[in-house]
Amino acid sequence: MATIHVQAEAFDAAAEAATLTKGRTDIGAVVTFTGICRDEAGSLAALELEHYPGMAEAEIARVVEEAEKRWPLAGVTAIHRHGRIAPGEDIVLVVTASAHRQAAFEAAEFLMDYLKTRAPFWKKEHRIDDSEGDWVEARDVDDHAAARWTERKAAE
Amino acid sequence: MSEITLRYFAWVRERIGAGEETVAPPADVRTVADLLAWLKARGPEYAHAFEQSHVIRAAIDQTHVPHETAIGEAREIAFFPPMTGG
Repeated sequence: MATIHVQAEAFDAAAEAATLTKGRTDIGAVVTFTGICRDEAGSLAALELEHYPGMAEAEIARVVEEAEKRWPLAGVTAIHRHGRIAPGEDIVLVVTASAHRQAAFEAAEFLMDYLKTRAPFWKKEHRIDDSEGDWVEARDVDDHAAARWTERKAAE
Repeated sequence: MSEITLRYFAWVRERIGAGEETVAPPADVRTVADLLAWLKARGPEYAHAFEQSHVIRAAIDQTHVPHETAIGEAREIAFFPPMTGG
């Protein structure tokens, strides 16, 4: 039921959300999250997103499957782009649909937290001054954001 | 041991200077950690890539695994830095 794409092309978030709910009368809530490339105060020319073809799709599918087990979802769409992405362009899309808003909100947040720490993608910065940019470093705050879902599950 | 395809991503790939190679490690290389230690001794580029081996993430046949995992019948093993997608 879930739609998962790993692609170089841009996506249309509104169209994806509309596709997910088309013809459905059981859906009461749709949450759409779009992650966008920042220019880091004008210093960034672009991000280069490297990915592990095959595993990227498989890992996103495993994360979506976990979300579907935890929340009563009527539909999920996850799209992650790779390749060169300029500031202002979209990087990632998560759309979750459910009968009620809490499941849709929580599942979208869970999916993003897990995509950031588990999906095999790596960002390299290209600077505006043409200097060799660095690989973006993984942030502890992202690990903590993902870990709190495990803690929450243990507490349930 | 049979041949394994190794895949490297991001700065691990850059430091080694290749994205993919085929290796046939000796029989005493049983776990992912053993494989990392064996690779580190192959040359300065490997030693540099796996300098801080505790930060390196591994996947066997496209599934995340901890370093103590046995290689077993793995066909493809990947090494990469912590993910920064999303």
